[in-house]
Amino acid sequence: MQVPETFDYERVATVEEALQRLSHHGDEARLIAGGHSLLPMMKLRLALPEVLIDINDVPGLDHVRVVAGGEGGGGGEDEIAIGALVRHAAILTDPILGEHWPIFADAERKIADPLVRNRGTIGGSVCQADPAEDLSAVITALRGSVVVQSADGRRTVPIREFHTGPWETVVGDGEMVVEVRVPIRTSVGSAYEKVERRVGDWAVAAAGTFLRMDGNTIAEAGIGLAAVGATHMTCPEAEESLVGGPADADAFATAAGIVSAAVDPTADQRGPVDYKRHLAGELTRRALARSADRARDDSLREDA
Amino acid sequence: MTATETTPDAPLSEAGNPIGFGRMLRKEDARFLRGQGHYVDDVKLPGMLHGSILRSPMAHARIVSIDTSAAEAMDGVHAVITGEVLEGLGLAWMPTLSNDTQSVLVTDKVRFQGQEVAFVVADSGYLAQDARDRIVVEYEQLPAVVDAKQALADDAPVIRDDLEGRTDNKIYDWEAGNLEETDRVFADAEVVVTQEMLYPRVHPAPMETCGSVAHMDPVTGKLVIWTTTQAPHAHRTLYALVAGLPEHKIQVISPDIGGGFGNKVGIYPGYVCSIVGSIVTGKPVKWMEDRAGNLMSTSFARDYHMTGSIAATRDGDIQGLRVDVLADHGAFNGVAQPTKYPAGFFHIFTGSYDYGAAHCNVRAVYTNKAPGGVAYACSFRITEAVYLVERMIDVLADELDMDPAELRMKNLLQPEQFPYTTPTGWEYDSGDYPRALQKALDMAGYDDLRAEQADKQRAFDAGESTEVMGIGISFFTEGVGAGPRKHMDILGLGMADGCELRIHPTGKAVLRISVQSQGQGHETTFAQIVSQELGLPPEDIDVVHGDTDNTPFGLGTYGSRSTPVSGAAAAVVSHRIRDKARIIAATSLECDPDDLEWEPGRWFVKGSPETGQTVQESAFAAHGSMELPEGVEGHLDAQTVYNPPNLTYPFGAYICVTNVDTATGEVTVRRFIAVDDCGPRINPMIVEGQVHGGLADGIGMALMEVIAFDADGNHLGGSFMDYLLPTSMECPSWELGETVTPSPHHPIGVKGVGESATVGSPPAVVNSVLDAIGVRHADMPLTPAAVWRALQGSPLRTDLAIE
Repeated sequence: MQVPETFDYERVATVEEALQRLSHHGDEARLIAGGHSLLPMMKLRLALPEVLIDINDVPGLDHVRVVAGGEGGGGGEDEIAIGALVRHAAILTDPILGEHWPIFADAERKIADPLVRNRGTIGGSVCQADPAEDLSAVITALRGSVVVQSADGRRTVPIREFHTGPWETVVGDGEMVVEVRVPIRTSVGSAYEKVERRVGDWAVAAAGTFLRMDGNTIAEAGIGLAAVGATHMTCPEAEESLVGGPADADAFATAAGIVSAAVDPTADQRGPVDYKRHLAGELTRRALARSADRARDDSLREDA
Repeated sequence: MTATETTPDAPLSEAGNPIGFGRMLRKEDARFLRGQGHYVDDVKLPGMLHGSILRSPMAHARIVSIDTSAAEAMDGVHAVITGEVLEGLGLAWMPTLSNDTQSVLVTDKVRFQGQEVAFVVADSGYLAQDARDRIVVEYEQLPAVVDAKQALADDAPVIRDDLEGRTDNKIYDWEAGNLEETDRVFADAEVVVTQEMLYPRVHPAPMETCGSVAHMDPVTGKLVIWTTTQAPHAHRTLYALVAGLPEHKIQVISPDIGGGFGNKVGIYPGYVCSIVGSIVTGKPVKWMEDRAGNLMSTSFARDYHMTGSIAATRDGDIQGLRVDVLADHGAFNGVAQPTKYPAGFFHIFTGSYDYGAAHCNVRAVYTNKAPGGVAYACSFRITEAVYLVERMIDVLADELDMDPAELRMKNLLQPEQFPYTTPTGWEYDSGDYPRALQKALDMAGYDDLRAEQADKQRAFDAGESTEVMGIGISFFTEGVGAGPRKHMDILGLGMADGCELRIHPTGKAVLRISVQSQGQGHETTFAQIVSQELGLPPEDIDVVHGDTDNTPFGLGTYGSRSTPVSGAAAAVVSHRIRDKARIIAATSLECDPDDLEWEPGRWFVKGSPETGQTVQESAFAAHGSMELPEGVEGHLDAQTVYNPPNLTYPFGAYICVTNVDTATGEVTVRRFIAVDDCGPRINPMIVEGQVHGGLADGIGMALMEVIAFDADGNHLGGSFMDYLLPTSMECPSWELGETVTPSPHHPIGVKGVGESATVGSPPAVVNSVLDAIGVRHADMPLTPAAVWRALQGSPLRTDLAIE
């Protein structure tokens, strides 16, 4: 039996109450939703929070919906808003996400196992700030953002500025993540590729991409990378190399090469540095190729 | 008994169970499926306290001081036991199963990460852990010996400086076979190939960790210990020897066990601590190990660095095999094996083939790692032996550019060669190897698979695909069912098993056996053995096991010995009951016993089948008022101690089909064909379940399981996030086949099967992956990184931290 140190437990009913309790307890408190990252760390006594604030009862955090540009503190374009309490299992099967961004379902199929996916939440995933976390890489690829609320109101943080380091985010004491936003685009394709030692293991390396096409030219590209030590989980140079050119094997190979050179993976029991570096490129290449295929299908659908 | 393709089915009882051998639902499952199993952690006694072990964070460090005052000051903490306390009781060290000594709680220095430092006894398990974390230990770190290859270096620190006069880390050198003859064969051979390989350190990782509840009754002086043991009687004797307690005042109860695989053979410091905790506090004390403790400190398996050489003619006649082994035994030599065989049964490494000569040399060393070494369904290291020979066969096939199936078929022992004595002295009892291999090849559709492989290779070569395909074969010969007692023992206790069978007046039976199920289904299988031999319905036979006060002495369950040894004992007592029932029936029927003939369940008068007596009727008569013949006692019971004349030798042919993505290193196991011959199958469903589990083990070891250590001796597999076990997603739907070659010396011909698949499957998977990628050798586990690195020509050293 591995059990945590003694801690207090509070269950809150509203976001406001959660924020009030967070302010009250300061750094010693942690929110708990799915708990599939936090509880194991507590049982191993790596995390020693004094208070857990359970937000599972809080209403209004489990939506996936399209919001018009600028609504509720978002950007200027139409977006999909995903409540912080939306579970992995819901993301896997969500029709809105499925229509616009199949990258989510790609990733969710490879996140942990059904038991974990039934409990784990998107808010917890981005806040855990695990460098190997898949949804953060997905949202990074899509240039999404995170809506953070405090007693003073809401602020929206681009995902590429949200993580300040491994297991660290910009969320301060007295703040909580309430929503994740991803933009809506047309003529796009997206995909996620991951290599794991065994189902349910963390990624050895993973790459998610999207391409927005303007005819045969890449108008916009996004790359998210997990577990390979990529700064802010992305590689802007590789993204830039794609824009304005054709979506073909050479372009993808070039981008993959840039990714391989740019990442800074750490050797661990999942693999040595040279392998992870190679894999970051290979998976980027594969994700780009599938994104391009899906973009073609998307364009055909729009034309029809 | 003759060799057949399948085991025939028996007639059914009123309850629908086979009377004798055949498929039936497990009797145990009625409680397991309802969540009503009763495990050690389910034992709750009045006033019971809870223990927790403080483990060393360092692999090699001298203890400067241990301050227990803060822990002892906590409310609800009853005792904090350290090595110093145990020293006062003479219990700081205990003997291992290999005549070494092992620290119970550290007194001088810790020798592996996770070693037991102190034991807290408190009102609850939570409190015990909180108190444990308040013990302050000052360590003086020492350099750790992590790489077994460096253990004998001149400057290697001496790990066992507790042993008088020890100046290095060598445990033993041991050899088997004929060195001179082997040298000669190799000198004259047309082809000699040599290959280094590692069977890495892995862990049995049973679902239930180890634990115990000890209750020393201060009034009666009787110690009752509920504990996770595969060998309750051996544990009782060892407690008597270690603690000086009178053996008749010790009762070891092994309730339902959630998996053992050899992990629960030995005695662990936690068990001893719970006993001491109970003596000190006067209360029952429960200790349940946590997962990290189980993975870091209890009996590991393998850790064999092997260099094999095989000699052959150019057309593929194998002439000789030799191997040098460097065996990493960890900090204490805690290997559980017969005294005569320090390397277990490794010298069966010649496998299933006909040789002129063979020789092995095994050198064992201490390192700063956990002790153990014979576990994880290894059949006393036959797992390592089979891996060695089955890899060497593929290495030779690669060298000769020969099909590995053809090379095996050419060299397999032939049926007429049995009983066959190997160059290292084993006498194989029976086998028809070519038939089993042919059956596996037919099931697999071997030629079609090779054609498909060639197609995929063409697409790969043309740059159309990154995927290649592999077909891996292994053929194994197992040796299970230890003794004979004159050759095989554990700490001087000979491997022979007692058994008692009693038929109650109404014809219901109770069988008492000495072996202990950890999930194998003994309550079903052993009832079926009695059912087969006496014709009683299996539902009328209860099997009692796992309680030393209620079962006869025996050495326990490991090395697939339950059915070969205790199963034979159950058959022998059944035969004795049958013989006695004959006398009772003859007396009742007023005829000569010789005039009676047996059919399942009853004796009847020859030529007059309607006149007879069932075993149930004989049982009532035996307890009745009828005058019995001179010298015949009343009641219907029998006992025996079975001393096996030889091991039994199950065998099998396995074929694994994989796809490998060369760009990512990912392996997909597409198919796994397993043809097993374990003699007649008592309950084919249980046999298949055992095989399924062992095949999954094989995929685990071949592809993901490993305990590696970093340079400081940090254990890199201390949780199930780090120590990966395969899931259903990594396993294909198994394709099983069967041939039946009975053992000629076993009373009912059965051979034992528990470990066959674990022994046979890893080389099939590895051979398949290497066949796919066209690399002669790479070490397990073949993770994506390991496969990719093998393809780059820079294979990983899998026992060390990846850098």
